[in-house]
Amino acid sequence: MAISPTPRGEDWIRVTEAGLFVEPGGFHVDPARPVDRAVITHGHADHARPNHRAVLATPETLAIMRARYGDAAGGTLEPLPYRRPITLDGVTVELVPAGHVLGSAQAVLTWRGCRVTVSGDYKRRSDPTCAPFEVVPSDVFVTEATFGLPVFHHPPAEAEIGKLLQARARNPDRAIVLGVYALGKAQRVIALLRAAGYDRPLFLHGALLALCELYREHGVNLGELVPATGRPKADFQGQIVLAPPSAIADRWARRLPDPMAAAASGWMRVRQRAKQRGVELPLIISDHADWDELVATIQEVEAAEIWVTHGREEALVRQAELLGLAARALRLVGRDEDGEDAA
Amino acid sequence: MKAFAQLMEALVFTPQRNGKLRLLVDYFTAEPDPDRGWALAALTGGLSFPAAKAGLVRGLVEQRVDPLLFRWSYDYVGDLAETVSLIWPPRPGPDRPPELSEVVDALADASRSTAPGLVERWLDALGPPERFALLKLITGGFRVGVSARLAKTALAQAFDQDLGEIEEIWHGLTPPFTELFDWLTGGAGRPVIDDRAVFRPLMLANPLEDADLDRLDPAAYRAEWKWDGIRVQLAASGGERRIYSRTGDDLSSVFPDIAEAMGFDAVLDGELLVARPAEDGDAGVTVAPFNDLQQRLNRKTVSAKMLRDFPAWVRLYDLLFDRSDDLRPLSFDRRRQHLEAWFDRVRPARMDLSALVPFDRTEDLHGLRDGARAAAIEGLMLKRGDSPYLAGRPKGPWFKWKRDPLILDTVLLYAQRGHGKRSSFYSDFTFGAWTGDRAGEGELVPVGKAYFGFTDEELARLDTWIRANTKDRFGPVRAVTPALVLEVAFDSVHRSTRHKSGVAMRFPRIHRIRWDKPAEEADRLATLEAMIVLG
Repeated sequence: MAISPTPRGEDWIRVTEAGLFVEPGGFHVDPARPVDRAVITHGHADHARPNHRAVLATPETLAIMRARYGDAAGGTLEPLPYRRPITLDGVTVELVPAGHVLGSAQAVLTWRGCRVTVSGDYKRRSDPTCAPFEVVPSDVFVTEATFGLPVFHHPPAEAEIGKLLQARARNPDRAIVLGVYALGKAQRVIALLRAAGYDRPLFLHGALLALCELYREHGVNLGELVPATGRPKADFQGQIVLAPPSAIADRWARRLPDPMAAAASGWMRVRQRAKQRGVELPLIISDHADWDELVATIQEVEAAEIWVTHGREEALVRQAELLGLAARALRLVGRDEDGEDAA
Repeated sequence: MKAFAQLMEALVFTPQRNGKLRLLVDYFTAEPDPDRGWALAALTGGLSFPAAKAGLVRGLVEQRVDPLLFRWSYDYVGDLAETVSLIWPPRPGPDRPPELSEVVDALADASRSTAPGLVERWLDALGPPERFALLKLITGGFRVGVSARLAKTALAQAFDQDLGEIEEIWHGLTPPFTELFDWLTGGAGRPVIDDRAVFRPLMLANPLEDADLDRLDPAAYRAEWKWDGIRVQLAASGGERRIYSRTGDDLSSVFPDIAEAMGFDAVLDGELLVARPAEDGDAGVTVAPFNDLQQRLNRKTVSAKMLRDFPAWVRLYDLLFDRSDDLRPLSFDRRRQHLEAWFDRVRPARMDLSALVPFDRTEDLHGLRDGARAAAIEGLMLKRGDSPYLAGRPKGPWFKWKRDPLILDTVLLYAQRGHGKRSSFYSDFTFGAWTGDRAGEGELVPVGKAYFGFTDEELARLDTWIRANTKDRFGPVRAVTPALVLEVAFDSVHRSTRHKSGVAMRFPRIHRIRWDKPAEEADRLATLEAMIVLG
């Protein structure tokens, strides 16, 4: 390890097979396989994997991991609320809101005067279900690039919810079955519907119930939610039914009357992507930063270096270079290349 | 532009045919002339603007967006118009969104130097869905799942008119179809199509299923060889000579040798081929493999050398009009008599008759079909003797019965992401065969490319396999570990200088995916070469 008065990021953080390894602290951030010590940015499965020996994360993220993995959530689970820095073997770790899902955090790591912020997944839009992203000036900023192409622009989520309500009003005989990821997207869409004044019961696929309950316990108001089971078909006419994306065009949806497949995801921006999944009503609602937000963020953090992880690294690296920023791609294994469901 | 863009958007996302039909009916009923006529032209592929092509669109976007970022975006999205509609960074300005007819009129009048400025201003003034519609007008190919036939069906429904009546006059009409809409809305009579050499909708055959064969009454059907060329309609009248493709595209300028031979007044149905004088001094000709015809297709101009090396020929099998006599209501047998008499009388150069192949029993057909190994024969056609010439693909009167395909076990070498519906899947596959004396020896050379023949489930599994076995990436192409055997079916194979392997397959498709078979047991190039049948 090179020793100098102020080290550079690469002097103390490197990519191993398990993921991003913080050498002096002896821990990984969001490792892809079980390790001794892990700092977890948020509860999505490609970041929070089970069976680490010790896990440090926000209390909300730990609650999500326990709900998903039970005893396999990890050996010891240490909660670290937002903005309460602690020191692990000389490395200061502070968790700062990332605005992605409930409990999501950027891991702000400081060692010998060098600050590296691992942002995990993030977005810059307001979200009634989680704390908003905060800009942390850093020496190195590690960014995701899920929507790292200039074709990705997320319109205001409120307008997309408007489309959903309009489609419902126009199709009183059909059920709208909306594909949403179980963690984050489901609760955000429900909260947005409530904010738009939609106060009828919402019907839910069984796989979404537990996490909605968890959000409720954390003070997020979701209104009346009803399991979409054991009812006559006709009950669902003119109703909105939420289900995991894999269920909307599958056998599960056959219980619904003439179901209209909808999906809420940043990928819905690309027509053929939506068509391919049999989506009739695409809603562009994402919990990730779109291209403009990614480009704004890498400038606002004023970092000397940008490291780009999962997604379309090459394009964001290119854009950073065009802006005169030093940037490189980190090849991390184990990330879902397209982030398809969580996006 | 807004109503048109909304229609396009809704068509993309409405999967059911009836849903699409409803959208089209509503549009044609609600929109004014000439906008609806231009929309109809766009949907049926009848719009083209020489001053504005895909290259113009690329040029514009590369002035606004970093070319590398654009290229990667295009690779990802898989469609030029959609990529540009999404990526376009508008500059605020005073521009007003144009109407569809304004766009069409201005583009038709534009020159190569004025078109870019027009398009650029419109792109700035429009939102993404309208930008998409505008760009599709320029690049063509809306891919909204609407065939010309469906568009015409919607017209018939919207105005309670007979579809056949619309089909019959269709090729005599031009955008924006004002005469057509005047007639449909009841303001004017049916447009009169004079005896110009217009395209008459073709009668098409259905593939013969086993059950059809069992039911088939041999006495009622006539058999012909199914020639491996392209279907054409020759229409000549009053000095006009037109060669139409199956879909009504005008090929006259590409085949001047045939046009020259059309010194008659008739409409004929036949197969366009490349054929050379028979070697044995016989009066007949020998039909060349399809690959030779391929040299003549997709070219704007034809050189004298082309005409000499790949002489075109038409093998005639039906007579639709003799002068102004419409023979289509007559039975096949009667039309055949007319055709033979007409041929004896006219004796056109570069043409002959497709012979009837005699047979007595259905079983005889099996032998005929299996025995047909000449390069230019694809199988058999079966036509009912008493059937009139009906536009479209009626089930029953005409069958096509292709011979069994050739099969080769190959190894997957490269995969490329598809376009359109498959834009996120690796769905275009390049496969290879072994050069050595025995399978598994030598190297694997690419012998062909296929992008269909598998189910959606298989495609998803192939996609996963390719991502897990990638050796190298070149833009949208991945080189994979040569470990997966694809059983490829194809109609024939020819010598080709365009491929490293020296051979080219005709109509290759994935027959089976051999997840179980080791790559070393795949076939050799020599096996493929042995399948080449010379004309």
